[in-house]
Amino acid sequence: MAEQAVISVHNLVKSFGPVEAVRGIDLDVQQGEIFGFLGPNGAGKSTTINILCTLLRATSGAASVAGIDVDHDPAAVRSRIGLVFQDPSLDHQLTARENLEFHAFIYDVPASVRKQRIAEVLEMVDLTDRADSVVMTYSGGMRRRLEIARGMLHTPDVLFLDEPTIGLDPQTRRHIWGYLAELPKKAGVTIFMTTHYMDEAEYCGRIAIIDHGQIQAVGTPDELKKMVGGDVVSITTSDNLAALPEIEAIAGAKPIADNGTLRVEVPDGAAFVPRLVRETSVEVTSVAFRRPSLDDVFLKLTGRAIREEEGSSTDMMRMMGRAWMGRGRR
Amino acid sequence: MSTPNGVMVGTPADERGRRRGTLWPTLRAIYIIWYRDVLRYWRDRTRLLTSLVQPLLFLIVFGTGLSSALSGAGGGFAGPAAAAAGLTYTQFIFPGIIGMSVLFSAIFGAMSIVWDREFGFLKEVLVAPIDRSAVAIGKSLGGATQAMVQGLILLILAPLIGVKLTLGSVVALVPLVFVLAFALSSMGVAIASRMRSMQGFQVVMNFLMMPMFFLSGALFPLSGLPAWMTVLTRLDPAAYGMDPLRRVVLGGAGLPSSALDRIGLTVFDTVLPIVVEAAILLAFGVVMLAIAVRNFRIRD
Repeated sequence: MAEQAVISVHNLVKSFGPVEAVRGIDLDVQQGEIFGFLGPNGAGKSTTINILCTLLRATSGAASVAGIDVDHDPAAVRSRIGLVFQDPSLDHQLTARENLEFHAFIYDVPASVRKQRIAEVLEMVDLTDRADSVVMTYSGGMRRRLEIARGMLHTPDVLFLDEPTIGLDPQTRRHIWGYLAELPKKAGVTIFMTTHYMDEAEYCGRIAIIDHGQIQAVGTPDELKKMVGGDVVSITTSDNLAALPEIEAIAGAKPIADNGTLRVEVPDGAAFVPRLVRETSVEVTSVAFRRPSLDDVFLKLTGRAIREEEGSSTDMMRMMGRAWMGRGRR
Repeated sequence: MSTPNGVMVGTPADERGRRRGTLWPTLRAIYIIWYRDVLRYWRDRTRLLTSLVQPLLFLIVFGTGLSSALSGAGGGFAGPAAAAAGLTYTQFIFPGIIGMSVLFSAIFGAMSIVWDREFGFLKEVLVAPIDRSAVAIGKSLGGATQAMVQGLILLILAPLIGVKLTLGSVVALVPLVFVLAFALSSMGVAIASRMRSMQGFQVVMNFLMMPMFFLSGALFPLSGLPAWMTVLTRLDPAAYGMDPLRRVVLGGAGLPSSALDRIGLTVFDTVLPIVVEAAILLAFGVVMLAIAVRNFRIRD
């Protein structure tokens, strides 16, 4: 019962004209997992999630959610999934409770449990005391929480979240994650989410790294980090150029020069540091080592860093739209 | 199923899916989409009040101004029978201004779909496990309800204009105003179903709403016009809504039917009965709604 695939994708392809956004994806997500779909903008994350949510049709391949083929019976799939979109989709002129009532109606939450369910999901995201305020008065983080609550209202089998924390400040993001991480335990729901924030991927049980429409690796965060090898050591010296061959000899791997720092992977960072200091002829001015992060994994798999801070032009437009919306709608 | 502790209570999804046919969920969705529009309308009191300003300007400033000009020019804008009955220009346009209010509110109301699209809320509706026809129908009825209230609310001005209302005329007005509101609201939904941004709104305003208003007979009788304009006015669906309003309001106020026929809408020199006019509007509304439903059902 526990090892039952809730989402199953086989050789999924989606082309927009000549552009292949998704190029043959296979994956299985088990019930109760928090599954992260990680990749840079334009990697094919949103396209895949939209196919699974029946918002887009695949060009070829098969996908099923909660045992239902997404192409065969989209309406049945929709009744079993909850969705939190990248862009907000609340009615700002209604209260939180009214937004939830609307949702309960169109998702056929039976009248007998409607009130109770609404109270439960509001409680789940700590919005009970603000339930009757108009959403316009909510902060960005509160709106997101309300959207998560709404996605959970009709007891879905799978909750899909497309970049659930995009545009939120780090503190709010952590807060939102506090709620999300609890959901599988509390409600038995499976979470499938996309993100391009590496630190958020750490909350996931398993991660698929996607780039250029293909899955590069799947595994738990720890499994993926093991792909990098040992620890990542960052070294600065009085003369990096002279130090480079010496460090290479000690570490047995070629350091990468990055912005005045030499970075090298070693199996055991703690043992490496004393050797480094003892055996190099130039002065080591600073040294730090850390366990590899998912950033390092991504770098290793794709040969480039995921660009977190650099917003795309659509992100910009989205931000402007939000700013304008705040003013335009009393 | 797997709900480990007692926190979550709900009907299992598989039971939910097959409990009823498709008609009931669609009706329920129509209801809640309609209800949301009405709730938002009700909550937005300023809109309710500001929307009274334009009709008031037309009635008081435009009506009074033109009344004076016409009486200076010898009067008789609506023929001797109307003049004999003491019909002023302001009284003449009063039902037309009610119609105008319905026209603008219905199309504006329906076009709120484009707002919903732009601000994301439409997505919540479009991904729901409901038949998309509910979106079109719910929105059309929502817009129609708002427009009906906006139109009927103007009846409180009747004493000010010197138009006598009877219980009979008010009762007859409700369905007539609704049919007009429904037809125009459905047209608005059909247009909005293809619009992706508010940018096209100005175009709709200038190329559709204003011509529809001017050709509807709200401001002048549709008889004795040049041939080209006669044709255009008869092609304007709103004309089939204005005429019944005028007949009912002014008829109830005591204007003889000979005078009503003179200022009324004729097609091929035949005075159309109110029922036929309402049927034309209803048919137009249903066609528009069908187009809207089809547009909403298209999936990428």
